[in-house]
Amino acid sequence: MKIVVCVNHVPDTATRINISSDQKTLDSNGVTYILNPYDEYAIEEALKTKESIGGEIVAISLGKEANKETLRKVLALGVDNAVLLKTDEILDSLSVAKSLANEIKAQEADLVFMGKQSVDFDNSIMGQLVAALLKFNIVSTAISFNLDGNKITAEREIEGGKETIETTIPAVITAQKGLNEPRYASLKGIMAAKKKNIEEKEITSTNNFVNVLEMKKPIAKPAGKIVGVDSSAVPELVRLLKEEAKVI
Amino acid sequence: MANKVLIYVEQRDGNIKKSSFEVLKKGSELALSLNAEVEAIVIGNEINNLENVGVYGVNKITNLKNSELASYSVSAYSELLNNFVEEADADIILLANTSMGKDLAPALSVKLNCGLVIDCTELDVINNNIIATKPIYAGKALTILETNSPKSIYTLRPNVFTVGQISNSIAEVITKNIDSVNLSNKATLVTKTEGKLDVTEADIIVSGGRGLKAAENFGMIEELASLLGAATGASRAVVDAGWRPHSEQVGQTGKTVSPNLYIAVGISGAIQHLAGMQSSKFIVAINKDKDAPIFSVADYGIAGDAFEVIPALIKEIKKNNA
Ligand SMILES: Cc1cc2nc3c(=O)[nH]c(=O)nc-3n(C[C@H](O)[C@H](O)[C@H](O)COP(=O)(O)OP(=O)(O)OC[C@H]3O[C@@H](n4cnc5c(N)ncnc54)[C@H](O)[C@@H]3O)c2cc1C
Ligand SMILES: Nc1ncnc2c1ncn2[C@@H]1O[C@H](COP(=O)(O)O)[C@@H](O)[C@H]1O
Repeated sequence: MKIVVCVNHVPDTATRINISSDQKTLDSNGVTYILNPYDEYAIEEALKTKESIGGEIVAISLGKEANKETLRKVLALGVDNAVLLKTDEILDSLSVAKSLANEIKAQEADLVFMGKQSVDFDNSIMGQLVAALLKFNIVSTAISFNLDGNKITAEREIEGGKETIETTIPAVITAQKGLNEPRYASLKGIMAAKKKNIEEKEITSTNNFVNVLEMKKPIAKPAGKIVGVDSSAVPELVRLLKEEAKVI
Repeated sequence: MANKVLIYVEQRDGNIKKSSFEVLKKGSELALSLNAEVEAIVIGNEINNLENVGVYGVNKITNLKNSELASYSVSAYSELLNNFVEEADADIILLANTSMGKDLAPALSVKLNCGLVIDCTELDVINNNIIATKPIYAGKALTILETNSPKSIYTLRPNVFTVGQISNSIAEVITKNIDSVNLSNKATLVTKTEGKLDVTEADIIVSGGRGLKAAENFGMIEELASLLGAATGASRAVVDAGWRPHSEQVGQTGKTVSPNLYIAVGISGAIQHLAGMQSSKFIVAINKDKDAPIFSVADYGIAGDAFEVIPALIKEIKKNNA
């Protein structure tokens, strides 16, 4: 089984966000970057699948030279090979998807794992785009995954419940929290990763359909009202909710 | 120049989702500003009250119908929607940003090779162009986006665009029976969280955090929620502790919600939690630490002990309801 995992290199969720003077991009000064949290579940599922049926796992990341840090991390977790699709440009999701899909095709992958969402632009569409480009089946926001021969049975989270999906490989699965418990890298894994090669490919620039006109901070809410410090404030709170906010 | 706005109406169990009413209304308003036609499409089998889309300003809806389409299949729905959009020659396609919308919109954007803006919280028409606002970095920043493709697709964050009726017309319903459907990728079983309202769909949410000390203490959260007709939510800390199911988690790694009223009890208000709920219309915080960050986004707060305040709140609401 040839498995591809797509991993993104994103600002730590606790990072304070500052906007560059161009008013269009993130000011990355002082920002710590991490492996996208959902991609940890994607990697874990790829490792588990390989452990049960054998095969090879290739991780792909599209972005800057710095994305190699993330690729190094996933190599340490047990991924076999890594590819950096290098670009310094900011691309829209469809452009990223086209490059990822080309590489996945070149890798002749049967199964692709991704995170359900990157915690930078919070788009949550990459898996679906890549699947559509490759004409692969898709299971998005998966919370369970089972492969039997070429048959996939997976559960995905939906509003108010979950649904069980039956489909076949080739497929793209996007991982939601709950899919598995990601492992930590072993010391042996970290040492081995240092020796592994990260293949680098320059991507030919594609054109964006979606352009950022402006990036800005949301308007901060004015400070709210502390109604009181114990249950004696409850009648007033209920009155405010009824008469001022009109929400109950 | 846009000539036609098409709205994808989502149904589950034969009922139109509330989030689709929001999209219908916004879509008809956009069509008006763009001087474009507007119509809707729904995929399913027997669907209730389709003619009602008229009250949101959309006078024509096509139902692509087959008994196999009663439950969701991404392969079937996607193929049908893609073909319909091409036939109808729509240039602006709108969907709700739901688990289904997030599957169908990307597939459609590949088919049309066009721009897709996901999870919009504002859509404005400026000089005949649609300008979209989308929260990024968990709501810590906003981007203002524009597409440059002849056609464009937008998904709208549920609960942000208000529903309200704008007309009293009844829409023309066109039913097209579909002969064969592609079920290579199909939901075979849908499990509903028993009797519970989902956080993404609720008008009111009562959420509890680690301040509640133990799983058993969520009884009072559930009681308050049921009195208010609310859904129950949770912080990650209590989900990780196994006190509450993951489906209730609000925040960056959970659900993004924007109810009319969000009541946070014993939740500190970590940035990742705020990410999921700060677009709520009214926020109430009950936390015994007056410096907890949750108070910085709250409209009203009680800086007191939840174990004393919540029972009193339950009593007061019962008294008011009586
Ligand atoms: C990558 C990443 C993703 C994350 N995603 C999420 C997410 O999706 N959702 C999420 O919620 N968190 C998320 N977190 C975790 C987040 O950082 C916080 O740890 C978490 O939200 C804290 O939960 P809490 O507020 O319940 O607990 P705490 O921070 O421990 O707060 C408990 C609060 O209860 C108050 N309290 C205590 N006793 C009482 C009492 N008797 N009465 C009233 N108040 C009381 C305390 O004053 C305190 O403010 C994420 C973290 C990371 C790193
Ligand atoms: N630049 C990228 N390189 C590799 N994988 C990516 C990239 N961007 C997104 N992905 C993958 O797509 C998933 C969803 O991302 P998104 O649709 O951008 O929220 C992520 O969890 C990654 O698995």
